[in-house]
Formats: sequence, structure tokens, C-alpha cells
Amino acid sequence: MTGPVTWLSRHLQAALGAAGRLTRAPLATLFTVGVIGLAFALPLGLKLFVDNARAATGDFANAVDLSVYFRIGTPLEKVEQLATRARARAGVATVTVIPADAALAEFRQYSGFGAALDAIEGNPLPHVLAVRPQAGADTPPQLAKLQEYFTSWPEVELVQMDIEWVNRFNAILEVLRRTLLIAAAVLGLGVLAVVGNTIRLEIQNRRAEIEVTKLVGGSNAFVRRPFLYTGTLYGLLGALLACAIVYAATAVLAPAVADLARAYGSRFEMLGVSPRDALRLLGGGAALGWIGAWLAAARHLRSIEPQA
Amino acid sequence: MIRFERVAKRYPNGREAISGVSFDVQRGEMVFLTGRSGAGKSTVLKLIALLERPTRGVVTVNGQSTGALPARRIPAFRRAIGVVFQDHKLLVDRPVFDNVALPLVVAGTPLRELDKRVRAALDQVGLLGKERLLPLELSVGEQQRVGIARAVISKPAVLIADEPTGNLDPELALEVMNVFRRFQEVGTTVMVATHDMHLVREFGKREIVLEGGHVRGVEDVQVPTIGAAPA
Repeated sequence: MTGPVTWLSRHLQAALGAAGRLTRAPLATLFTVGVIGLAFALPLGLKLFVDNARAATGDFANAVDLSVYFRIGTPLEKVEQLATRARARAGVATVTVIPADAALAEFRQYSGFGAALDAIEGNPLPHVLAVRPQAGADTPPQLAKLQEYFTSWPEVELVQMDIEWVNRFNAILEVLRRTLLIAAAVLGLGVLAVVGNTIRLEIQNRRAEIEVTKLVGGSNAFVRRPFLYTGTLYGLLGALLACAIVYAATAVLAPAVADLARAYGSRFEMLGVSPRDALRLLGGGAALGWIGAWLAAARHLRSIEPQA
Repeated sequence: MIRFERVAKRYPNGREAISGVSFDVQRGEMVFLTGRSGAGKSTVLKLIALLERPTRGVVTVNGQSTGALPARRIPAFRRAIGVVFQDHKLLVDRPVFDNVALPLVVAGTPLRELDKRVRAALDQVGLLGKERLLPLELSVGEQQRVGIARAVISKPAVLIADEPTGNLDPELALEVMNVFRRFQEVGTTVMVATHDMHLVREFGKREIVLEGGHVRGVEDVQVPTIGAAPA
């Protein structure tokens, strides 16, 4: 019935009309877009926080070190010898020997218990091996096997795996991630309601126009189209605003985060909003706006029939 | 072109506006629908424009029975009918051009054709050059003619008008009625509801008289008028 060019020009007309209408009431548009933008900025910011926390701690969160404590009195030569053997084992990246004397010196220097240590005869600290598994060979069963290997040496008193705090940290991140999902779902519903309500008001304001349009043969699709574009634009602009808000927040935070990282001896730099996340938000925002407008239009447009 | 067969319309409030109404309007004919207010003139027009469906009987317009037409086909049906209202139903916040172009826009007419056709329609009602004005910047008679231009721009087969001269002085009323006659002369089926008996007599067209919701009579006035095409 109608060619693709006509179809395209109809949609272009509706889209431009919707855009024009938004610019003609800038304050109202600003408020609506502002509310949507804030609703989107919160989950986006939370996502960025989780991503950053993961990236900042990624180095040590993923590499689990084993500490192998020897019995007091094991000769250092024996320890060196076993360390060499351990280095040859598959799945082991590095093995560092920390002799008891070095450990004591370090402890004396940093702990402030120097005087107390002087009162103790001899060195209470054992020789220790710091073992780092190879990346890719650090699954829980592989780590357990490695732990078993070291435990089997008669000279070894204790093998400690620094895995618990990693588990805890990952659990915290998981809680945050789920909070993020819940926040996104709830705020997404909020955006639906905001767009739906705004479109409902606009339909009421343009009642006369809708009536006349139907009177001269405008189909429901024709009448609905500009409202769908309006809703989509609200969602898109809200998402853009959210990106801008989070981008600005990142810019403000980044130097402070860099200082904090430096204080911990890290060269971590804060991650910004990735283009992929920004695109996702823009797409999701447009979709939510469209759905909100569609719900409002389906409900309220049908009831407007021309009266002569 | 327009056929009513024992048509009755009862509104939800229980009032029966018309009942047992039958008449036939030929293609290319111009007829007047007369009667006092409340006689059912508006109801007849609403049934033709499919703003209402008949409670009983059959209304056939342009070969289509309105009673059974599915809702999704109503827009296309309405596009084939031009309607002029007493209160013109213009969009007061849109210029004349947009008002007149609306039927073409909803029908998906290419944009490049709009300008030419809007100007042609305005020319037919003597309003060429007023495209950019808002309806309220025009006189009442001019507003009525904008309404007519909008009703005829998509070249409908049927043109119906509800008291189109109700708010006009006799001179303007005659002018507006002449506009309708010109459309009849080029083949449009025209039905005008009016209580202006002077004008009806002057035009010498067939007249369907309604009284209390019934057809009291059909008067075939065959006074040849200068410029009128033979029936």
C-alpha cells in the first residue's frame, strides 16, 4: 500500500515532530529527562564502582599465594633444596625463600616489638616459602593438590593458603553486584512509570488534536507514533544525561582514587564508563522509554474517539 | 452512494434519535437534510461518517455497510468521506496549512505533493494566500471554508456537512453553499444538513425532511438553477 520511502518519511516526520515538541517545552522536558537521568545514573555508577573494585584488587584477588612454614630448626640448606625441587613442579610460578633471620629482622624493624624480641632467646620464627601458583593452575582442586604436596614433606609444619579473604572479598562483590541488579530493575520500573505518566499527560493535552486526526482517518498507529518517539527520546536523553553525570563524577573522583592507590603503592587508575556500557545504557534507555510510551498510548489513545 | 435501510439509532442513555429511516442518495447527487434541531439530522450524519454505528437497519456508504466494518478499517473508510462541522473542528494552534493538509498527512501522501494540493484546496474555497495564518486570525466564514478545504483535499467521494452555514450571515452562507455545489458539479456526492430553508429553496436540490427521528418526506424540487448540472 505504501512504499518504503513514504514509510520512512512518515517515521521521520513523527520523530522530528516529537523532538520539536520536546524543545518547545524545555523546562518540562528538562525535568522529565533529569528524573530519568538520575534513575539511570545510580545503577551505572554502582556498576562502575563494582568494576573498579574488581580491577583494583584483581592482581591479588585472583592469584592465591601459599605460605609454607617449616619446623623450627630445619636447616636453611634443606629448605633451599626443597624450594629448588618445588620450582620444578608443574603449576608453580615462583617460589621465594624467606629465611628465619630475614623474617626476624623485618619483624623487628616494622612491628615495634624489638625490645620484646631481645628478651627471647634464639629466633622464634621459622623459615618460610612463599609459593605463587601459575596463572591458570589456581583452581580450588589444583590448589588443594599443591597444598597436599607441600604438607607431605616431613620438615613442613603448616601450609597456609590465603584464600579465605579472597572468598570473602568476592562474596562482598557479589552482594554489590546483586544490589546493582535490584537497583537497576527497580529504577527501570520507575523510568517506565515516569515516561508513561508524562505521555499520559501529553495525550490529555493533545486530546483535541487526536480527535480531529482520527476524524479525518488517522489510524491508531499514526496517532500513536509521535508519542512512541517522544517516549524513546526521553529514555535516550535520560541515558545520555546519566552517562554525563557518571562521567563527571569519574573525573572528580579519579585524582583522589589515584592518590589513594599511590598511598598503597599501587599504580591503579580508575576506570571510566566503557563505551560498551554506555551503548548498553543508551539502548536500554530508549527501549524503556518506548515501552513506557507504548503502555500509556495503548491505554489512553483507544478511549479518545471523535465526537461530532 | 449513501443508502439508509430502516435505520434506527438508540444512544446509551436510551434516547432513540432516529428510527425507521430509509433513503437513497445517488452518486454525484447533492441533497439537503432538513428538519428542526433534535429531528435527528446530526445522528444521520454521524452514522454516515461512522462516528456512530446503527442500532438497527443498514447504513451503506460507498458500497460498504458500516455496521459490520472492523475497527481497524474505520480510518480508511473515513478517508473516503469529507466531513464539515458547524464548529469546524480546526486545530487552533496550527496554521491553516497544517489543518488543511492533515487528511493527506494521515494518508501518507508524499511531502512534496502537500504544498501543491493544499494550495489547490484553499484556492477552491477562495483562501489562497492564507496558509500561514492561524485559524483564529480568520473570520468565522473563512474558518468554515478552511474546514471545507480540509474536507475536500483528499478528493473524497462523499462530502457531508452539518449546519455549515449556521454561524454565517446570508451572503457568506450563500457563498459557502456555492462551494458545495461546485464540488457536486465535479462528481462528489454531497449531503448538507441545514435548517436554512431559504437556501434550500434557492438551490433547488432534493430535500430529505426529518421530523422526530423519522423521514417526513423527500421533496424533489426540480427548479433549474443557473450553473447547476442536470441531475
